[in-house]
Amino acid sequence: MTDHTTAQKPALSSNSAKEKISIRGLNFYYGQTRALKEVNLGLNEGEVTAFIGPSGCGKSTLLRILNRMYDLYPGQRAEGEVLLDGENILSKSLDLNLLRSRVGMVFQKPTPFPMSIYDNIAFGIRLYEKLPKSEMDGRVESALKRSAIWNEVKDKLQASGLSLSGGQQQRLCIARTVAIKPEVILFDEPCSALDPISTAKIEELIDELASDYTIAIVTHNMQQAARVSRYTAFMYLGEMVEFNLTDSIFTAPRDKRTQDYVTGRFG
Amino acid sequence: MANPLYAGRRRRNAIWTTLAYAATAFGLAWLVLILAALIWKGLEGMSLDLFTKSTAPPGVVGGLLNSIVGSLIQTGIGLAIGAPLGILAGTYLAEYGRNSRLATVVRFINDILLSAPSIVVGLFIYELLVVPVGHFSALAGGVALAVIGAPIMVRTTEDMLNLVPNQLREAASALGMPQSLVIRHVAYKAVRAGLVTGVLLAIARMTGETAPLIFTALGNSLFTVNPTGPMSSLPLIIYEFARSPYAEQQKLAWAGALLLTFAVLVLSISARALSAQTQQR
Repeated sequence: MTDHTTAQKPALSSNSAKEKISIRGLNFYYGQTRALKEVNLGLNEGEVTAFIGPSGCGKSTLLRILNRMYDLYPGQRAEGEVLLDGENILSKSLDLNLLRSRVGMVFQKPTPFPMSIYDNIAFGIRLYEKLPKSEMDGRVESALKRSAIWNEVKDKLQASGLSLSGGQQQRLCIARTVAIKPEVILFDEPCSALDPISTAKIEELIDELASDYTIAIVTHNMQQAARVSRYTAFMYLGEMVEFNLTDSIFTAPRDKRTQDYVTGRFG
Repeated sequence: MANPLYAGRRRRNAIWTTLAYAATAFGLAWLVLILAALIWKGLEGMSLDLFTKSTAPPGVVGGLLNSIVGSLIQTGIGLAIGAPLGILAGTYLAEYGRNSRLATVVRFINDILLSAPSIVVGLFIYELLVVPVGHFSALAGGVALAVIGAPIMVRTTEDMLNLVPNQLREAASALGMPQSLVIRHVAYKAVRAGLVTGVLLAIARMTGETAPLIFTALGNSLFTVNPTGPMSSLPLIIYEFARSPYAEQQKLAWAGALLLTFAVLVLSISARALSAQTQQR
């Protein structure tokens, strides 16, 4: 662990929130290419942490480690420790599907499944629970309500998920993730394919979800990071340059690179 | 245009365009002639007897009932064996094997099978299922057709699954869905029409094959639904009756050819329509 790559601990003593995810000395490789260098970081329970940085800095890579998404692709590997409630999720013996039921993910492009709106939600639930029809209806409804899309789809639950607009599709995907009751939700640039109004709705939603879930969001949009997150991590060339309260990152960055980035001098 | 370079280019463009159109017209003209002859001669042989009577010796009024039923049965056998094999192998290539060396080998062999001469397939099944048993059978014919049809379904299944965006697979995996479920409930669903297209194309191909049946099903002038014995089929009866010196048998051959062409045409058009539907989404 070298000094300049070690992230600063947030200078915050008043908050004693529990660390839900602790990342220690994390390195990541795409084949021979090292994409993350000795990353250290903690995600607090029930709070939103944003990851910002120029393209290729490793922020999406980092996010995809938290639910072991990279496992789908041969040749990608992670070294170090990522603790979820104290348990190392990089361990070979870990049940991946169980991990992913605890750590949900919402992607950049809305990806509704080619089935009805109702089934888009129910499908995930059925993976883990066998519910009678009435109870399933209730779960689907509450997930859709939680994701602020219920009013728009309640009369067409049997319509295809693909018939919705982009913003609606993204909220459907959030509902699908929420429905299986994860503990952590990862957002990988969830608004980059959406119009401003849909974006505002999603941001509002993330804000509401934050009370119940630990949230990590990767974004290219610094205003978005400032709006939705409590903590912000600035990454550059695979390094965690600075990690602090969002306010501090944007108003009083300690690192020159962070300052250059948040003031728009590069990236 | 004053520029001689540009004028020359326009002239060359006109010449090549004309040549391309001419070649197309030449090719299409033959197709139209074939179809016209087929319809003209085929309609002459059309009658109710065609569908109610079996093939008969010269001088007796006969039909093609045994051949039509035989074609349906043997294509059905081919489909029952070939479709599961083809779709599962295609799924392996697109989902599980992707970058593995085995997949590359399987894909290569499948490409060879796709263009293998069908008479060779017939001979192979003859050695495998006819010689040891001691007699020809519709079952052997069906297996030969499966060998013809499966590679088509392998190819279309793989191509179609490759159209499924990776994000969709990732999204499903992110819910904690095991890979087999991702494939069955998400990937297959996303390209269902395309998979059906592949099966229809394979049926069309199997229905029209003659060579693999010559050494396997042999043909049969009697009506039978017993798959362990020799059986007639449309391509075989066309082959036989077209060479016959009797006018009524030649007529039946034309009628059979029209039926067969029509069936294959309907299958191909449905396949096209379905695949256009898939690509649109």
